[in-house]
Amino acid sequence: MPMQKICKLLTTRELAPGIFSQVLEAGEMARQARPGQFVNLSCGAGLLLRRPISICDVEGDTLRIVFQVKGEGTRYLAALRPGDEVDVLGPLGHGWEYPEAGKILVVGGGIGVPPMLYTAKQARHGAVAAVGFRTAALEILTEDFEAAGCPVRIASDDGTVGYHGFVNVLVSRELAADKAISCVMACGPKPMLKSVYLAAREQGVPCQVSMEERMGCGIGACLVCACSVGGHNRHVCKDGPVFRAEEVDWA
Amino acid sequence: MSVINGVDMSVTLAGMTMKNPIVVASGTFGFGREYGQFYDLSELGGICCKGLTLHPREGNPPPRIAETPMGILNSVGLQNPGADRFIAEELPELRNHDVKIICNISGNTPEEYGEMCEKLADAGVDMIEVNVSCPNVKCGGLQYGTVPEMTAEVTECAKRHAGQVPVIIKLSPNVTDITLIAKAVEDAGADGVSLINTLRGMRIDVNTRRPILKMNTGGLSGPAVLPVAVRMVWEVAQTVKIPILGMGGVAKGEDAAQMLLAGATAVAVGTACFADPYAPIRTRDELAALCAAQGLTSVTQLTGAVQPW
Repeated sequence: MPMQKICKLLTTRELAPGIFSQVLEAGEMARQARPGQFVNLSCGAGLLLRRPISICDVEGDTLRIVFQVKGEGTRYLAALRPGDEVDVLGPLGHGWEYPEAGKILVVGGGIGVPPMLYTAKQARHGAVAAVGFRTAALEILTEDFEAAGCPVRIASDDGTVGYHGFVNVLVSRELAADKAISCVMACGPKPMLKSVYLAAREQGVPCQVSMEERMGCGIGACLVCACSVGGHNRHVCKDGPVFRAEEVDWA
Repeated sequence: MSVINGVDMSVTLAGMTMKNPIVVASGTFGFGREYGQFYDLSELGGICCKGLTLHPREGNPPPRIAETPMGILNSVGLQNPGADRFIAEELPELRNHDVKIICNISGNTPEEYGEMCEKLADAGVDMIEVNVSCPNVKCGGLQYGTVPEMTAEVTECAKRHAGQVPVIIKLSPNVTDITLIAKAVEDAGADGVSLINTLRGMRIDVNTRRPILKMNTGGLSGPAVLPVAVRMVWEVAQTVKIPILGMGGVAKGEDAAQMLLAGATAVAVGTACFADPYAPIRTRDELAALCAAQGLTSVTQLTGAVQPW
């Protein structure tokens, strides 16, 4: 059940240029949050729409979000200081479906990496992470994965860190090398998600993807965040953000 | 519970009595299920359901929304499950709540409007709101709501098929003189009017040089349109005798009071729900408090009470 709560900001930290990590005191909302879900945050009286941000991690009554400053709304959030209050709707959306058995391969691209941390942490039979960044300066959260006992494979578009190339190559390699992986879960830009899906399909491993679209209400009432799945318009905020990759109409 | 703060909040709109004058606007509230997770839908006066068409529609490709200064543009494109599935799957659930159900309908021919009115009237909805901001396929795609004669034709057809269910016509603000359309629908037998629908708008990404919306243009709503809506309600109220459901940018009690003073009998809250799911309830309570502070015993005392210079 989604709820609205005025949450207190506990900590804020810039992980990389323009990418912020914040921890919110969220009470029951944090306890109900499942991996792959998101929260919708008010960004002050001057902006009408809330901003949907994925849940990066949950510890007790706290929610951690990691977001990139992209415009006015995220700039407002980035300027918040510990003790400030944020109006939060959450937890929202339909998260990942974990397989009965086997390890999961969590895959993140850029600002799609954050939700994969909690996703990896909640895996019952272990997880491996494959993450891609544009460049080494934008690398985030890899230490957090390692601290959680999740091995990390890194790729960068420019070769400044890890494998020089895209993350789908890491996915192919990992799936070929580790037959204990029974599911791929991915979040990132749409072209990346498609390439990860195709890599997983080639190895016969099911894949789930977390999609993104411009949102209005965040709860499924306004129908603006349409995403074509199985030939019909589904909605990222309510039916998703996680969908089975083979059902998405990739176009 | 129609008395709040000692003020009788009940109103009667075109023969339909509601416990308070707050309705949620079509297209912003789905069929109520989502917001029903936050509060009992019986708190509302009425729910104006997501716009229905005779057959299911997938709607427009995304992006369907763009934020603008104190507003949003949308181009959802009437995505809906169709009148039959609404009646089978959504209406029974809505009927579990003590709230009036208003069905918003769109058609491409007067006959489609008529067929939907018949289905919905048979299903027992409380009111039908006719969206006339749709293209007339028989008339080169010209919007019904922009030509008085065409709006009148749709009104007559809807009324003929709606039986005892009151029919209100939702007027488009994208016209030269909204009072001409209002008069035409009154003469054609409408039981009331609702206004305003969204204003046509556009937003462009200056870096990609592409419009944000995939359909290029969309409908503007939110606080930015409130003064336009209040002005149009005021103009229409001076032109017709049928009651008005006022909407457009209402986000708080004072906004609702402006609508009523301008001549509305009831008020719809729409886009404000996206920012605050509780906006309709808060608006209702703020309106009651405002009435109480002014020593009113009934919210109906505000309707049309503006004192123009």
